[in-house]
This record gives sequence, structure tokens and C-alpha cells, in this order.
Amino acid sequence: MGILNIMIAESTPNLFVDDLETPPLPLTTLAWKRFKRHRMAMLGGVFLILLVLYSFGGSLFVEEKYANFTNPPIRLNTPSWQHPFGTDTVGRDVLARTIYGGQISMIIGILAVIIETSLGILIGALAGYYGGTIDSLLMRFTEAMLNIPEIFLLIVMAKFFGNKIPNLTLLGRTFSGSVVVIIVIIGLTSWMYLARIVRAEFLSIKENDFILAAKATGTSNTEIIIRHILPNSIAPIIVSATLGIANAILSEAYISFLGLGVQPPTATWGNMLDGANNYIESAPWLWFFPGLLILLTVLSINFLGDGLRDAIDPHSRAI
Amino acid sequence: MTRYILHRILQGIPLLFFISIILFVLMMNMGDPIATMGGRTATRPADRERLKRQLGLDKPIVVQYFYWLAGNDWTKIDLDGDGIGETYGERKGVLRGDFGYSLVNRGKPALAVIGERIPNTLILMVAAELVIILGSLLVGVYSALHQYSFTDHFITTLSFIGYSMPIFFIALLSMYIFAVLFKRWGLPYLPTVGMFDPQVGKTAGQVILHMILPVLSISVISLAAYSRYIRSTMLEVMNQDYIRTAKAKGLPRPQIVYIHALKNASLPIVTVIGLDLPLLLGGAVVTERIFAWPGMGRLFLDHVERGDLPVVMGILMLISVAVVVFQILTDIVYAWLDPRIRFG
Repeated sequence: MGILNIMIAESTPNLFVDDLETPPLPLTTLAWKRFKRHRMAMLGGVFLILLVLYSFGGSLFVEEKYANFTNPPIRLNTPSWQHPFGTDTVGRDVLARTIYGGQISMIIGILAVIIETSLGILIGALAGYYGGTIDSLLMRFTEAMLNIPEIFLLIVMAKFFGNKIPNLTLLGRTFSGSVVVIIVIIGLTSWMYLARIVRAEFLSIKENDFILAAKATGTSNTEIIIRHILPNSIAPIIVSATLGIANAILSEAYISFLGLGVQPPTATWGNMLDGANNYIESAPWLWFFPGLLILLTVLSINFLGDGLRDAIDPHSRAI
Repeated sequence: MTRYILHRILQGIPLLFFISIILFVLMMNMGDPIATMGGRTATRPADRERLKRQLGLDKPIVVQYFYWLAGNDWTKIDLDGDGIGETYGERKGVLRGDFGYSLVNRGKPALAVIGERIPNTLILMVAAELVIILGSLLVGVYSALHQYSFTDHFITTLSFIGYSMPIFFIALLSMYIFAVLFKRWGLPYLPTVGMFDPQVGKTAGQVILHMILPVLSISVISLAAYSRYIRSTMLEVMNQDYIRTAKAKGLPRPQIVYIHALKNASLPIVTVIGLDLPLLLGGAVVTERIFAWPGMGRLFLDHVERGDLPVVMGILMLISVAVVVFQILTDIVYAWLDPRIRFG
């Protein structure tokens, strides 16, 4: 053995040096390099940071009381220096409301995705790992949920959970209890695609030899799922969760737009649009600014997710 | 092929049962059906009790589901609450085509209430589907043939924006531009509300004019997504050997593009279109609400708010059946177009 190694080393000294001149890059650096090449994704990232700064940094300049302060005499004022985005139907400042509405919309997006991702991973992992009856039952359930159009499901669920949760006080601010309801129902109606992705990943990864080895050494099923398979299927999960935030923000907007979502005075970008179609002609600023902010946020997240997919999960490119 | 079709249909039936169970459980908190039936006058407690028993609301949910599914005309209902059934039930159950009576429009079968609205939603769907298919083929093929040109980049950006647009924002924006601004500029402008101008009457021209904006709003998202999809399948096909052969033997370019390439490139589209029906139907809810279009989506919203369980459940089941049937049709058409699936 020793002699063979020396022989190889002597016969190919140059090759080794050449190879080592460019040391292998760590995975994160590689992913970052690929991500940087994606110009639209970088732009999306920058825009998203700006939007987060707008919603969360904005609260340093404007108080929430001001955003919820009704002043009927100045209702439906056109944009001016004092109210750059105008005022709404009860005289609240639209600019201040887009700031606080943005916070709630983004928080709803993130928390809903946490529920969605947990559910998706749980169901996908159980179905993919155990197979058999569990798999077919869970997948029939997933398929059934997928077949009911999401908006109908959201509306029915919003009705089902109703407005039974009282207002919450957190960090000195009061939130309408409907925020929690919306987060839960968005999470409950959007996990199906992720569950399918996770299941497919689990199906293929569990056939690998290292899983066989783990089983042979007596590793428990839970540990195999969490420590051995899940880390290997994390890339599509991250991509799907990122894009999921955009979808959750959209779902909140749809359901609040239909008047079944977050209840005022808590503002969200969605409920600011509720009833706006009565003011298309007379007060376009009512719906234009929140609508534009939703569009920009969703667009940025979609670009970001697209770049992220190219960077960390290049195999699953769909379109 | 027959076996394949039968197999797919047999898979669809249990799926519909699954869906109906999920929906029925979610319906249990829809509001007070008896208050809806009573209308403006408050119902007396004794009447409430009787109505409750008549509607079967005193029974456990499993029994209620069974009555909904298979009817209760074979069992006696206990109307006065003494534990002995007196009269036979009247419901035939969904399996025999009876979705019950609407609680809001009393005495009218739920199916009739829904049936009145179906054609209105259907013309929106068909028109939107036409716009989506023709538009995305046009845009997709164009940008594939002019890959990396300025127009291609422009279309790419535009389709990303279109894909991220919430439907209500497209609707509000297009209403503002094509109705409000056009009117202000003295251009011919489009109507925004309803299906026809009551002063003119329900003529074909009126309906088409009122359809333009709703159809536009429903189609934008799918149009953006499909044109990207067609672009990439088209690019893939254009690089294949048989296209090179066609070029080499000197076929005219239009014939290569539209007959040889497009035929194969459009195969995967069939699946996407078939599977996106839920998305389209969901879009109709928002669009019909904004444009006051008297379709099924608006009926759904109105009756959800008033807890009209038979109608709401009827709409949801009809939609689910449509979605499942479409999926099966998609699979069949795809298997028919692509023999690799049939025999694989």
C-alpha cells in the first residue's frame, strides 16, 4: 500500500498541485456564487429589504395610534403633503396604514409559512418514509385538499373558525384576534404541494445505502427521518417556503379583500382594499398604494425564490 | 386504453367521498340555518326545536352526513321529540341528485339556485380559457423563436409581474384605466359592473362588452405562467434532432415551427391547463365579486355569509366534481396524445 501511494505521488506530482490550486468551495459559497449571477434575484432581495425597512422602520416615525386614528372630517382627501397617500373612508392616513398593514401582512406571511412547512414536512415525511397504508391514506387526504380550490377552502375555513378569538395584546400593541385565525387557516390550506415534494424526496433518499447503514446500526426511525433524510431534502423545502411567503401574503390579501379576513382597526394590505372597488373612480389612492405594495412584495419574493432555486436546488427547475 | 380510463374513474370516486367528508365537517360551523330560514322574524323556541328535528340537526354529524349523502326518505323522523318517528323524511340525498332546498330562497331546490348561475360562470371560464391558450401560445412561441432578444426579455419581465399580480389589483387597475381614464379622455370606455346594461337589455353584444374586463382579470396570471412554460418547452423541442432533420431537408421555416415543433411542444401544456381549473375557478370568485358578475362565485360568497348550507355545499361539490373530472380528462387526453404514458 505504502509503495503504491508513493508511486502514484511520484508519477503524478503536477496533477496534484494543479488540483489543489483551486481548493473545493464550500457549498454555501457555491450557492452564493450561483445566486449572485441571477440579477433579478439580487434585485428582488434588495427590494424586499427596502419593503421590510419601509414597514418595520416606518413605525419609528409614525405611531400606530396615528394609523388607526379616525378623523371623519378629512375623509377621502386626495394625496397631499400632509397625507402623501391620501386618507381613507373614515379619515385615516393611508401612508401610516400601509406601514402598519405591511407589518401585519409580512408577519402573517411568515407565521403561516411556518405552519405550512411544518405540516407539509410532517405529512410528506410520514407518507414517504413509512409508505403502505399510511402513505395512501395521507396522499388521498392531500389530493382531496388539493382538489378544492384554495379560495373556497379559505372562505369556508374562515367561517368555520369565525371570530371567536379575542383581541390580543403583544409588546404593548393590540392585534385583532382574526390575525391568528388567518395565520392558522392559511397554514392549513397550503401545505399540500410541499407535502408532495417532501414525500418524493423521502421516497428517493430512503433507498440510499447510508439509510440502510443507519438502520443496520439500530438507529430509530425518528432519528433517521430527522437527522439523516430531512437535511438531505432541505433545498426544495427552503425554496418552497420562500415562495410560500408570497403565496401566504396573497392569500391574506384575497380573504381580507373579501371581508372575511383580518378585521379593522388592525390594518393589513389586504383589508385596506376591502370595499375599495366602490371608490375606483373617486379615490384611486385607496386601493392603488396597498395593491402596489402587495405586488412589489410578491414580485420580489418570487424573484428571490427563483434565484434561490437556481442556487441551491438546480435540478428541480420547473419553468 | 379502456382499462386506463376505467382505472382513473375508479380512483376519482373515493377521492370525491374524501372531499365531501372534509367539506361536510367544515360546514358544521356555518352559522344558524334556522335563523336564516326564519328571515326577519325571530323564530319561537318550539318552532326552532321542530325545525331542528325536521332538518336533522339534532342528530350526530355522522348521521347528518349520511342523510345528506343517501337521504332520509326510508326512515321516520321524530318531529315532536317523543322518541317515536311519525313521518318519513323527504330528502333523497346527494347520491340521487338531491342537494336539499336552499335556506335563503325558501322552497327552491339548491341545484336550481346554482343552476341559474352556472351558465354565467361558464361563459367567463370558456372565454378566459380561450384567451389563455391562444395568448400564451402566441407569446410563448414568439419569445422562444426570438430568444434573448429585447422583446424576449421584456416579455419575461412582464410575465413575472403578471404572475405576481393579485387578481383584485389587475381588476381594479384595468377598471381604472379602461373605464375611468378612457372616459375622462373621451375615448370609448368599457362597462365595469354587471352582465348587461339594463337600458339596452341582455344582448350578445352587451354581454361581450361587459365580459372583457372580467375575462382579462381572470386570465392574466395563467397567461403569464403558460407563456413561460410554452417558451421553455418550445426551446427544448427546437433543439431536438428531428427538427434539425426537418431543417436539413429544406422544409420551410413556418412548417417546421408550427407543424413539427409546436405539436410536440404543446403536449405538456395539456396537463397544466387541465390541472389549473381550481385556480381559474378561485379567480372567478374574486372577479365576480368586483365586477358584480352574477355567477357561481358571487352566489357562493352571498350564501356563505348567510349560512345557506345546501347551496354552499352544492357549489363546493359541483366544483370538486368538475375538478376531478377535468383531471381524469386531462390524463386521458395526455395518454392518448403520448403513447409512452399509455404503454409505460
